[in-house]
Amino acid sequence: MRGINKTYAMGEAPLHVLKDVQLDIAAGELVSIMGSSGSGKSTLLNILGLLDDYDNGSYHLGDTLIRDLSETRAAQYRNRFIGFVFQSFNLLAFKTALENVALPLYYQGVPRKERNRIALEYLRKVNLEDRAGHLPSELSGGQKQRVAIARALIAQPKLLLADEPTGALDSATSHQLMQLLRDINLSGITMVIVTHEHDIAERTDRIIVLKDGRVQGDGL
Amino acid sequence: MSFDSWREILDVLRRNKLRSALTASSVAWGIFMLVLLLAAGNGLQHGVEYDFRDDATNSIWVRQGKTSLPFAGHAPGKPVNFDNADLTALRHEVSGIEHMSGRFYIRGGMLVSRGDKSASFDVRGCHPAHQYLEKTLLISGRFINDLDEQDRRKVAVIGPPVSSTLFGTADPLGEMINIRGVNYQVIGVFEDQGGEGELRRIYIPLSTAQLVYHGGDRVHQLMYTTGAASLDESKAMAEHTRQLLSKRHHFDPNDRRAVQVSNNLERFQKLMDIFGWIRSFVWIVGIGTLFAGIVGVSNIMIISVNERTLEIGVRKAIGAPPRSIIGMILGEALLLTSFAGYVGLTAGVGVVELIRRHLPENDYVRNPTVDVGVAVSATLLLIGAGALAGLLPALEAARVRPIVAMRQGTP
Repeated sequence: MRGINKTYAMGEAPLHVLKDVQLDIAAGELVSIMGSSGSGKSTLLNILGLLDDYDNGSYHLGDTLIRDLSETRAAQYRNRFIGFVFQSFNLLAFKTALENVALPLYYQGVPRKERNRIALEYLRKVNLEDRAGHLPSELSGGQKQRVAIARALIAQPKLLLADEPTGALDSATSHQLMQLLRDINLSGITMVIVTHEHDIAERTDRIIVLKDGRVQGDGL
Repeated sequence: MSFDSWREILDVLRRNKLRSALTASSVAWGIFMLVLLLAAGNGLQHGVEYDFRDDATNSIWVRQGKTSLPFAGHAPGKPVNFDNADLTALRHEVSGIEHMSGRFYIRGGMLVSRGDKSASFDVRGCHPAHQYLEKTLLISGRFINDLDEQDRRKVAVIGPPVSSTLFGTADPLGEMINIRGVNYQVIGVFEDQGGEGELRRIYIPLSTAQLVYHGGDRVHQLMYTTGAASLDESKAMAEHTRQLLSKRHHFDPNDRRAVQVSNNLERFQKLMDIFGWIRSFVWIVGIGTLFAGIVGVSNIMIISVNERTLEIGVRKAIGAPPRSIIGMILGEALLLTSFAGYVGLTAGVGVVELIRRHLPENDYVRNPTVDVGVAVSATLLLIGAGALAGLLPALEAARVRPIVAMRQGTP
């Protein structure tokens, strides 16, 4: 990431959220981004996740320059390269755990039987094979987040983005979840976690601190 | 769209059963009303067509009357009397005449007898072509022919009630009947769609009637068919007929009461025009009702899209292209309207069928039906309606930004 700027037009006074952000994240790294609210960490995550575009600078994902993508193109890249884990899980309430996990493959056009088979495999990886037929409302918070992680992994992304993944969980569950994320990272997936909890950040390899839209600190 | 996407859509509709049902009912109602109105229009039209069934629709009928305007020194009130020469003149002067006949009425019911059986029937003299004007169908034997007319034969074509009264179940062909003292040979039995009155009738050759009933060369009524003439051509023929008769009988050509020329084609066309208008009106009202239903569907779908913003955002974040989101919403609207429309269509056709079966015999409405063409157009209309209903909400859904998935809350 080179010299990323992002400004939101807010009425009369434009809001300059990211200021010349320089960032290199190598393949296989486990990175956390910290910062107080308003520091621009969510915006940074949105740009990393191709959910939003940036005003100037350049962002390379792998060897690809990400710039002015059409919506369809961005959706494709998100589907293939990026997995999302959200603070509030964002599972579809009317779909079972299995169907939720299989959803990214639906958008790849994988036939139903095939994607359900793969989804079951990923549920097994997060130890929720026995909950495959349950609706999210029948799962605990930790279980929901594990389903969300399985969903994020099913398309075999290069990059996993997690936005406050433990924000809605108690500390014991958070601990287990971090262990799971660490294991996933060790399997070779680059991971960026946005958090404001120090003990979560401490469990990553590298902490990037954002303040007022600038990188303040970068290191362990 | 794949089977998978439809399953996805069905899932959503099933989740909101009540809302889906209520929305669907407005569309179902629209199409139901459209079907009912169209069937009612058809029923009225069939009723009128039925009224025309026993006479040729392309016919012109000329009745004699009395003058109502003074002309060439004659005071009004002079009766006009047709004769054989009028027929010949019309035949020569008015082009386009296909079949022509005169008619000779014998005033008062005639006592007709055979052996010891007798009854009173209506007896008319006419030409052979009369058969085409009244749409007379022969059950057995033949109608009056040119030779009968030429030789003033005493032959008669009788209706079924005449036959059954005088002959019972026996075959009347070749038998003799006595019409007020004169014997006629029965040569045919006819059938007519005009009902009982038209059947209690005996036709004899016009020339015979003139001879036997002291008519000289008098003819009481003239009628002819216009073949394939257009409405304008037939109007011109009717006008020509009036002009010709005014010249021959010395009355004002603008005197509408000296002779009454009635053009069946014109009457028929006028009525058909009215039904054309009624049909357009029905479509406009029906489509209006349907449109209200569409607006309802659209409205509900927009609400649904707003409710599902987070869900749509999540779908987009994990890789749903805008096309798939549009397809999802559009498919939802399409499925809802087609299903609702199908229900409305079926209910409408069912009710129409029920009415048709239990409709008491009457002069105005007859056989209310919806034909295949109407059903097909209604179906096409529905598919269009569904697409239209889904368009706005779908575009709205496509505008949802995947960023919303990052905000807090549960889908």
